[in-house]
Order: sequence, then structure tokens, then C-alpha cells
Amino acid sequence: MATVVTNHKSCAVNPLKMSQPIGAALAFMGLGNCLPTLHGSQGCTSFGLVLFVRHFREMIPMQTTAMSEVTTILGGLDNIEQTIVNIWNRNQPEILGIASTGLTETKGDDVEAYIKLVRQKHPEIDGMTIIYVSTPDYVGAFQDGWAKAVVRIIQETATSCTIKQPTRVNVLPGAYLTAGDLTEIRDIIEMFGLNPVFLPDISGSLDGHIPENFTPTTLGGTSIEQLRTMGSARSTIAIGEQMRDAAMEMEKITSVPFQLFDRLTGLEANDLFLQYLSELSGKPVPMKLRRQRSQLQDAMLDAHFFTGGKKVAIGAEPDMLWSIGSFLSEMGCELVAVTTTQSPLLEKLPVEEVLIGDLEDLETRGADCDLLMTHSHGRQMSERLNMPFIRIGIPTFDRLGAAHKVMVGYRGTRDLAFELANIFFSHEHEATPESWVQNDQTSASTCASESCGSCSSQPIQNEQPVVQVAFS
Amino acid sequence: MASLSEKVQDVFNEPGCEKNQSKGDKERKKGCTKQLTPGAAAGGCAFDGAKIALQPITDVAHLVHGPIACEGNSWDNRGAKSSGSRLYRTGFTTDINELDVVYGGEKRLFKSIKEVIAKYDPPAVFVYQTCVTALIGDDIEAVCKKATEKFGKPIIPVNAPGFVGAKNLGNKLAGEALLEHVIGTEEPEFTTPYDINIIGEYNLAGELWQVKPLLDELGIRILACISGDAKYHEVASSHRAKAAMMVCSKAMINVARKMEERYGIPFFEGSFYGIGDMSDSLRQIAKLLMQQGAPGELLARTEQVIAREEKKAWDAINQYRTRLQGKRVLLITGGVKSWSVVSALQEGGMEVVGTSVKKSTEEDKEKIKEIMGEDAHMIDDMRPRDMYAMLKEAKADIMLSGGRSQFVALKAKMPWLDINQERHHAYAGYVGMVELVKRIEQALYHPVWQQVRKPAPWETAIENGGNSTSEAAAA
Ligand code: SF4
Repeated sequence: MATVVTNHKSCAVNPLKMSQPIGAALAFMGLGNCLPTLHGSQGCTSFGLVLFVRHFREMIPMQTTAMSEVTTILGGLDNIEQTIVNIWNRNQPEILGIASTGLTETKGDDVEAYIKLVRQKHPEIDGMTIIYVSTPDYVGAFQDGWAKAVVRIIQETATSCTIKQPTRVNVLPGAYLTAGDLTEIRDIIEMFGLNPVFLPDISGSLDGHIPENFTPTTLGGTSIEQLRTMGSARSTIAIGEQMRDAAMEMEKITSVPFQLFDRLTGLEANDLFLQYLSELSGKPVPMKLRRQRSQLQDAMLDAHFFTGGKKVAIGAEPDMLWSIGSFLSEMGCELVAVTTTQSPLLEKLPVEEVLIGDLEDLETRGADCDLLMTHSHGRQMSERLNMPFIRIGIPTFDRLGAAHKVMVGYRGTRDLAFELANIFFSHEHEATPESWVQNDQTSASTCASESCGSCSSQPIQNEQPVVQVAFS
Repeated sequence: MASLSEKVQDVFNEPGCEKNQSKGDKERKKGCTKQLTPGAAAGGCAFDGAKIALQPITDVAHLVHGPIACEGNSWDNRGAKSSGSRLYRTGFTTDINELDVVYGGEKRLFKSIKEVIAKYDPPAVFVYQTCVTALIGDDIEAVCKKATEKFGKPIIPVNAPGFVGAKNLGNKLAGEALLEHVIGTEEPEFTTPYDINIIGEYNLAGELWQVKPLLDELGIRILACISGDAKYHEVASSHRAKAAMMVCSKAMINVARKMEERYGIPFFEGSFYGIGDMSDSLRQIAKLLMQQGAPGELLARTEQVIAREEKKAWDAINQYRTRLQGKRVLLITGGVKSWSVVSALQEGGMEVVGTSVKKSTEEDKEKIKEIMGEDAHMIDDMRPRDMYAMLKEAKADIMLSGGRSQFVALKAKMPWLDINQERHHAYAGYVGMVELVKRIEQALYHPVWQQVRKPAPWETAIENGGNSTSEAAAA
């Protein structure tokens, strides 16, 4: 049980948070043949684009309504019209996703009304679905923008279907899941003979494959056909608390019932998931998955020697924090947690206090931690504190392969357990003759950096690998 | 104090810019910011430009007043290097919320400045205006003035909200902020007849350090680089320089020209990219310093260094010549850099099959024609799709461009080299140009191309009529 507090600073230092509009844009990138567009000044799109390019190392389709000072004051109708017409003429996407920004929200542009006017004036764009989502920069954070966009996509495209496809399930993944995670989840669901359709689906669009052609809109992603047939599914699986609104909206519109899993990292979390899939499909859990479960059990046993009693500073958006943080705690780690925005999950976290704050807060509160887990902006903190660092989430711009990192399912959890244990393993202190000398001064001087905090538990740790060998 | 719109007009009227002077009155008013096409625009905002220009000042706090978008989505993403303080890489933002939008964010800004000073004690704080806070009427100049009085430290307003224009305008508005609030406010400990300013150089990937050793050897002191690897004090006392060099197209021409006007510091426009350009720049620096009273032997010494360095560089480049002979390069970059790079590529035996001139002036284009011949393939605004086609059809062997278009090349399975802002390698000066040629050679002959271009065996099988298993085994 955690108390959720907000820092009382006026100035954010080393932001952890990113803004809503680009979260929405990423959701639109998971739709097929779509062009995500920000209604705002060109800089907002440019920053978002650079951020995604550096993270995914992919071509990123993203446009702007290019508002200027003058057009902002006059209102954005002209720019919205020109944007829609220009995009139609140049790229003819099936879906145009528009997210507002702080600028146009402050002015109070009524974009929904603008779109109606533009539609009346330009019948030629009838074939293009336009989805607008309101995402002011000064409210919420990245995952909120993603979640709101998915709600809007459902509202604009989903309908109820009388004809059901017995094997079809809708999957609504949270913003923190990677393309690799989605592929893993798809494989698992398919093993039960079910046919999952993801919304959004960045595993087809941003998974770093080499396409045969060059297009200015999204590649892969959920197709408009799939969007329109969401109502034919047996069930909707939402992953991450942030997807609750979207799942409820889906149920409201299509009457397809939903099941929400707040995380898919960890043994028990996956047990519940597979149990559900088994009930839904009427099939037993496949042998392959049972075997993976036992591998995970074994991995957790091997790893627990190293992870137990360790302190981890983690900075992530609520759903990712919940997912990774809960598992860390199951592995015996103590957490120092900083997050970006409100969520009902926060108070359930296994820590005393969760702070909605920034990386400066994490650096002050987590200075004595053994490991740092956050996005790439943690690199300065990790350098300063000489603290091992696992990059998680967006943006990961100083390591390759972020899109393929898998931390869900038994397999993903197993790999995470090993990764964690290996970090602690490799940062263990070698015993020296001075290690157990009782003199305070001596013991302080043998340890170059006390920041790792493992000095006290060192004697016990050095025994452990031996025990492990004996068992294996 | 001039209002923002007056200031924007003022930088648009820049007499030092030939491109501007060739325009009619009306056209000039519109400024160098092209009218953007909604739904078909790319590029950073004025705030982005201002930050690019000033963030390389390493020991000050750069505080962004606005919602999380402006700083949260972009901080610590630029490659300017520092030899000292790391403070410039710390992200500071007021991260305004809904209440601030309704009631105004000035109070939060003031408190933020106070917190930054209390925690980090920088010699100065730069405060950046952004769109939302400009729209709601937050007066950052007034807040900064009050904060300066209260805290006894320079708090510099940088009034370049994104929506007033593009990056380029932001560069210039950043320059205005320096001219108005920083330059000339402090004095250097001492001066020499060999003091210069370098204006518009940001020390990306450490490029200034490829040039500095030669200046050191000649006894030329960089009093201030504006703003690469600069300290606040250096910029504040830069008005005592004897001469200045302005680099990087016209980004900060207003600073160079107004410093000439106010403090009598003559400047020239030069480049550190390309061997010929580098030599010219050194020569010009020496000449300007002599004109300002430096002893006459400087030029002779400079010529010696030039001769030595040029020979070294050409010898090095020559080693790659046979391997690079006839390779075709597609060069997509902005402004003055294109022609300075073109000559080096040609010297390496390569052929430039196309170069973008999107950000180039008429004069730049003339230069390109001069170097590449009348039928130089100049591309005004190439769509990614067209670049892709050009590479895919093998009309070029390699593309040099900025990070954004890299995937166009990579998806076409063609070599690519980053020559823009976020690059990791430094290409300035003589050593830099050799490095560039070396990198091109490496990229072109990298074994990975053979690997990734090979189709999967079953794909050839289909092409060959489904009978290649045995062939593959035989091969
Ligand atoms: S365009 Fe305006 S709101 Fe967007 S990043 Fe630039 S300054 Fe910020």
C-alpha cells in the first residue's frame, strides 16, 4: 500500500514525463495506412518525430497543421482544412489521426466542428476516416494520450456485429508494451487456437522490418477492416490499467465483454492470463507454455539469491511501473518509485510512497540504490551515481533493439529475471581481507562507492553461488 | 524594449543577409520563413532553433517555460559537447499545468528560477518562452527583470516561442537575446591582439576541437565561441574580441553584424567544412587580426600551417581515391555546407549526383554550379519517396543526409552517412574531412551490404523456376 504524493517543486528538473499528444500519435502509428497529425505548431511534431526516430530507428510518419501565431489567434479552421486536403491529395491515407496540443487547446479550437465543416465542403475525402482526440500538453502524460486516442478510435470505428467470429479476440495493449511484447502476446493467444486482433498494433508498423516499398503513411498496424469488425469478437482483452476506459467503451458500443489484465510480467500474472485464455477457448494450457512456466520458476529460483534485498530506483509511467515494479518486489527487491501521472494502480504498489515527479527526484531519493530502471534520460543519473542502469520504456535512444525487448509472458519474465540477476551478479563485491574488519573507518575505505548499498549483505551473498551450484 | 513582433521584423530586415537584400520590400517583410504547408511541413520551431543556438553555453541553466511538450519531449537530445560544466544537459522546465494556463504561469516561472539558483547556482539562467505561455500572455521579460534584481544574477529572457516561425528565426532571436542581455556585460581578465570570436559554431560532436589546436598553434585565442563549449563569462565579455568568424550559413548573422556595428569587430563568413574552406577561414582570420593591429608575421605563419595541413590531408584522402573513384553520392543537406563538402568528395574521386539546395541562397547555388558544372543536379525539395527511388534504382551509391532521412537509404539497403546535427562523428577542419572520406569508404565497402542484399534462397528458387536447392548446395 503506497501513499501517492506529488512533488512540490515549481520547476521540473530532468523530466521523466512526456506529453499527451505524442502518446496519441504513437497510438495512431499502430493503425494501418494512417497518418498521425498534431494540431499545433510545427515544433511539437518535429520534437515528437525526432524522439520516435531515435527510439524506433524507423521512418516515422507524422504531420502537423503548422499553426502560427496568427492562425492560432484567428482559430485553426483554415489550417485543419488545408491539412486534411493536402494530406488527402498527397498521401491518401485511409485514416487521418489528429491530436490537439497545448497551443490549440488554450485557444479552444473546436476541431470536431471544423472537421464537420471540412467534410461538407470536400466530399472527395469521404473515404478517409478522420479521428480527432483532445490531448492538451499541460494535462496528463504520454500514456494518457495513448489511452485517450484508443478510446476515440473505438468510438469512431467500432460497431456492434450480430455475426460473431468464435475465435476472434480483441486485444487493447497499453502504451508501454513493445512490438516484441505484442508479438509474444499474440503467439501465446494463438496457441489456444484464438485469433487476436490488436488495437493499436505497433508490432506490424514499428518492429524494425525491411518493407518492400517506401510509403509516407504507416505500414502494418490495425487495418480499418479489423477496426470495423471489433464487434464480432468473443472477448476484449485489455492489458494495462490505462486501457480500462477503452475496454469499457468497446463493451458499451459492441457489447463484447472485456477482461483487464493490469500486467503480464510475473509468474502469477501470467497464470491468470493463461487460465483465462484456457477458459475462453475451452482448451487446456499447451505443453509448450507449461514448460515455459517451469523454466520461469527455475529462473526465479536461480535469480532470487541475487535480487533479494536489493534496492531499485525505478522511474516509469504508472502501468509500466506497476508491471516491472510488482515483479521486482516479487523478486525480493525494495523500490524507490517515481512516476508521471495519476493512476488507480499507484496506491497498490508495494512501496511506502510513490512520487509523481521527475528524474531529479529519483536521483535524490534513489541515491543509495543498486540499480536504476528508467528511460534513456536516466543515463546522466547513472553516470553521476555510478549505478547500473537498465533502460526501459520510451525513449530508449542510446541502445539498439528497444522495440524487440520482451518483458511479458513466462519467457519475457524469465529473461527479465536473468537480466536483473546478472546485473547484481556482476556488481558483487569481491571479498578482501578487510571485508569483515570491524573498524568503521577501514570498512568505509575498502568500498569505493558505498552507493551500491550491498556492503552490509556482502558476506551472505558470497556464499550463495556455492549453494546454487550444489543444487543445480 | 522592442516587442517580439518588432524584433521579428528587425531580424527579417537583416542587411547582412544578401538573400534578404535581393528581395522586394513586401517579400522581405514576410521574412525568410517560408509559408508552411499544413499537412506537409517538417522542421523545428523557433524555440527549437533558439535552444539549439544557446544550449551549447555549458555552465548556465536553460529553463523552458511552458507545458511538458517543449522540454519533456526533447531534452538532452543535441550533440553539443562540453569541456567543463555539464549543467547545460540538465533539463529544466516549469511544466505548467491547467491552472497555470487559466491563471497565468509567471509566478511559477519566478519560483522556478529561485529553485534553480538555490539548487544549482549557475552564473546565469536562460529562460525560454514557448507557445502556450506566450499565448496566455506571460511576460517573461518582466519576470526575468524582476528575478535579476532579486537574485543578483543575470536571468536572460529568450523570447522565441515556437509559433513565431521556424528554427532559423529562432537562431536569430536567440542571437538578439545575447545582444540585448549578455554580450558586453562583463570584461575579460585580459586581452591579446589575437582574440577572436567564432559565431554560429555549436561544437557538435566536438568539432570545435578539431579546429582549436591549429588556432592554438598560431597563438590565436578564441575569446568566445558563440556558443559551442562556451561559458557564460566568455560570451558576456566577447565584445573585446579583435575579429570574428561567422560559421554555419546565416544562422547568427545578426550577432556578427551588430557586434561589428556596436563594438567595431569586423567579421567574415567562413566554414570549417572542406579543406579549401578551412584554409580560407584560417587565412581570413589572420588577415582580419592583422588589419586590427596584430603583427604582420601572422599570415606567413598561417600559410605555413595551411600548407602543412593541406598536404597531410590530401595525402590521406588520396589513399582512398582508388576505392572511391567514380562512386556516386546523393547529398541531402542544407545551406552552405553542401558546396564545401562537395569539393572534398570530388577530391576523393567521387561524383556528386545530386545535392539539395532547399536552404541554400542564390549565391550558394552559383557556387555549386561552379564546382559541379552547369548541369549540377540541384534538388529543391526532394520527397523521401523520390530519394528512395533514386537509391533503389542505383542512381546513387551512397546518401549523405540528416538523421531523419536515414531510413530512406537503409530501407533501400543502400549505404548512408549522417552529416547533420545529431551525428556522432566530427567532420570539421582538415582532420574532419579526412575522417569523412574514411567513413564514406567504410560505409561503401561494409560487408553488411552483401549480406542484406542477398535474397533468401527460397526467393531465388521462385525466380529461377523453383529448382535451386541443388544449385545452392553446389555453390
Ligand atoms: S511549437 Fe511551441 S509548443 Fe510546440 S515545441 Fe515548439 S515551442 Fe513548444
